[in-house]
Parts: sequence; structure tokens; C-alpha cells
Amino acid sequence: MASKQKNMTPQQQNYQTLQQKHELKRPVLKNCIKAFFVGGLICMIGQAVSYFYIYFFNFTEQSVGNPTVATMVFFSMILTGFGVYDRLGQFAGAGSAVPVTGFGNAVISAAIEHRTEGFVLGVGGNMFKLAGSVILFGVFSAFVVALIKTLLVMWGVL
Amino acid sequence: MLKGHQSWVFENRPMITATGVTGGPFEANGRLANDFDLLYEDLWMGKESYEKAHRLLLEDAIKVTLQKGNIQKEQVQFLFAGDLINQITPTSFAARTMQIPYFGLFGACSTSMEGLALSSFVVNYQGAKYVLTGASSHNAAVEKQFRYPTEYGGQKPPTAQWTITGAGIALVEPNDPEKENPVTTSATIGKVIDMGLTDPFNMGGAMAPAAADTIIAHFRDMQLEPSYYDLIVTGDLGRVGHDTAFELLNKSGLNLERKQFQDCGLLMYKEDQPVQAGGSGAGCSATVLYGHLLNEMKKGTYKRMLVVATGALLSPLSFQQNESIPCIAHAVAIEMNGEKG
Repeated sequence: MASKQKNMTPQQQNYQTLQQKHELKRPVLKNCIKAFFVGGLICMIGQAVSYFYIYFFNFTEQSVGNPTVATMVFFSMILTGFGVYDRLGQFAGAGSAVPVTGFGNAVISAAIEHRTEGFVLGVGGNMFKLAGSVILFGVFSAFVVALIKTLLVMWGVL
Repeated sequence: MLKGHQSWVFENRPMITATGVTGGPFEANGRLANDFDLLYEDLWMGKESYEKAHRLLLEDAIKVTLQKGNIQKEQVQFLFAGDLINQITPTSFAARTMQIPYFGLFGACSTSMEGLALSSFVVNYQGAKYVLTGASSHNAAVEKQFRYPTEYGGQKPPTAQWTITGAGIALVEPNDPEKENPVTTSATIGKVIDMGLTDPFNMGGAMAPAAADTIIAHFRDMQLEPSYYDLIVTGDLGRVGHDTAFELLNKSGLNLERKQFQDCGLLMYKEDQPVQAGGSGAGCSATVLYGHLLNEMKKGTYKRMLVVATGALLSPLSFQQNESIPCIAHAVAIEMNGEKG
């Protein structure tokens, strides 16, 4: 922001100061509380789904992650399709965006949106337009972290 | 006739004889639902895509206008219109359906007044007998292009605005002193103003200085005082932009009264509708003016008004490349026929 400010004329800077007075501020504390509870609730449902798979099927605590994630994404898909998830998102913010259901929503909403442009160029080409960067940078971060761990193990630090 | 630096006076007082206003389901629940001629139950409007629904909104608004004006489309000389979608396809495709000679305009959300100013100029100088002008937007089609998919659960900040679904069209013809209709008397064309704002979720804040600049230019060129108008109404500044513009204008020495200064984006919806800072979109000023405000004018609530439509001239590409948001505003003065200025 500092470098941007430098490139601005005094007139632009004056206006921005004036404008900021009228700008409606994000209710950060309220948003955090809402995100905490909705996010927690989603994770609690996820935990219940995990227990369900452990008690009724042959899953262990290590292997239950996959079916749980698939189920949660399925719920998210249904809610997105019925037009509920975007309303939840406006209420909960990060609470519904950070869990895996938010990732599911990003993929599915883009797929629905671009259905009108056909399956190849529309759905196929746009499905990951929001989630694509999550996958790319997620995989890359995982690679960097694994690399650091490997080096630390090699040097005997860990 | 040119007056001052950037304003036109329409001595022959072109007349707005009929209007057609269509809207979507969200507008049907809004405050101005009764001022729409046609409201759709859902955003698809029976079409396969939102873009086709967008076109239908405009086609139906044109049809309603022709019906109310009691003329055939073959009698209309020109159509001045535009929208927000890439290459303004909904408007151009509607012009293909209508087979009316067509000027496609792009002034983002200022298109409505750009069109009305040009139409009035053409009619004022006998360039046409009948001109149609207007603008439209479709919430889902516009959001798809400028922001996120409709069903994406991102949280919008309180400065964000809601793109309205609607089309507003007006029929402009030469003055007939026998008839009681609103007439356009002058217009001020704005220049592009950029105050360096970069947040596409705060369009009101970016557009406010453009609105203020055009309003100041209008009163300077026309040598009028703000009290001349019962109503000075901006297009879609929303809560943030409207408060900012009000302060800018009062600082500049034009003394406006709060109740005299309104915003179409704030008139459209009820308090409990989740539109954040208010309505926006090319259809916003068009539907509110050609529906609600002209109806109020015919009832006698307003005798003279200045409509200032503001537009943010950004593209999804330009803000991703960290360009600031350039904005523009055009103003048209509307009076009731017989009210001599």
C-alpha cells in the first residue's frame, strides 16, 4: 500500500482519506465469531461422519479421512445445487470457506455456472478456475514442507 | 445547443412519451415492485442461459414501450442502448430481434443517461421522430463475468453492491405541447475520473468523485443553483458512494439538501434485502428512472429532476492487473412539459 500511495497525486490521496470515512467497515470481530461457530459446527458434523464410518464400516482412524471428505464434499454439492451454500457463505465467511466443504463449493459452483458453455469448454475448462490455485499452491506448499523435513532428517536435526 | 463547456440545452424539449421496465424476482420483492411493467419469477426466465435471459429482459422492455407508445417497431428510427456484458451482446442481439437501426453504447452503469442524452440531442435537431433508449443488466450474467459463480459461497464485504436484474427503455419523440409528459431539457457529459481506488467491491467509493464532478460541471455550465431541481438522483452509488458524493458536493460550495439528493441503488430495495451497500448495474438507473421516478413525476411529486448515472469503467482483467478503477458520470435534466424553466 505504501508504494501505491507514493504514485498517487495529492488530490487522489485527499479523496481517499475522505472516502475512507464513509466506507462501511467489515465487522471483523462479529465475522470471526460467526466463522468460529459455523466452521466448528461443520467440523463437528465431519467428526460425526468419521465415527459413523468407524463404527459401522471397517475403517480405522487413519483410513477414515477419505470417505469422510468425500461425504462432506457430497453434502456441500447438494447444498450448492440447491442454492443454500452461498447464503451460508455470506453469513459464515471463513467458517464455511476453510473446511473442505468450501473447496467443494468452489469447484461445484463453477461447474454449474459454466454448464451453458458446454461440457468441454464450459464445465471442464472452468471447474477449477477458483479451486485450481488452491490445488496448485497446496501441492507446492506440501512439497516445500516435505523437502524441509527431509533435509532436517538428513542433517540429523529431527 | 452547446452551453458552457460540456453541456447541451435541448430548446425543443424532446419528450419521453412511453417507457417499459422489466425486472427479476429479487426486484419483485423490492420497494419499487409496483413500478415495473413486467416481473419474472426466476432468473432463468425460461431460457437456457442467463445471457439469453438478459436479452429477453431487454426485448420485453422494448415491446412494452412500443405497446404503451402505441407505435410499431418499424416506425422507430434509432435504438441507443447498452449493457455490461462483454461486447454488449445482450443488447446487440436484442437489436437483431427488433430490426431497429442501432447504436450500441458502453458507459458501464452510466449507459442509461449516455443514451438519453444522445437520443434527446438527435430528436431535438429533427434527426429522428422516434428513438428508443435504455440500458439493462442481469444479476447472474454480470456476476459471472465480473465476480464469482452465482452459487459460490464467498463473503461479500458491506461495501459491495447488488447488480440488479432489469431493463428500462424509454421512447423519445419531438415535443407535443398538447401532451402532459416528461421532457428532457439539458444534459451534461462527464469526463473520466480516476481517484486511484482499486477495490472492485467498493464501486460506490470509486464512482462518487465522477458523480460530483459532473454535477458541479452541470451547475457551472447551466448557471443554475441546486435548488432549481426538486431531486438530484445518482444512478448506483450505494450507501458509501452516495454519502461520499454528498460531502464532496457540499465541500465544493453547492449546497444540497439531504432529502433532495437521492440514489437509484438505494431506492430499489427494502431494508431487509441482503444487498449490502445497495443496488447497482446498468439497469439500475434505467429501471428506477423510467419506472418509479417518471411515475412520481407524472403524479406531481417532482417537477424538475437531474439524473446522474455513474459508471465504473473497469474490466475483470484490468483489476486483476492492479489497475485502478476509472469512472464516469452523465447527467440529464428532466422536467414536466409546461413547467417553463
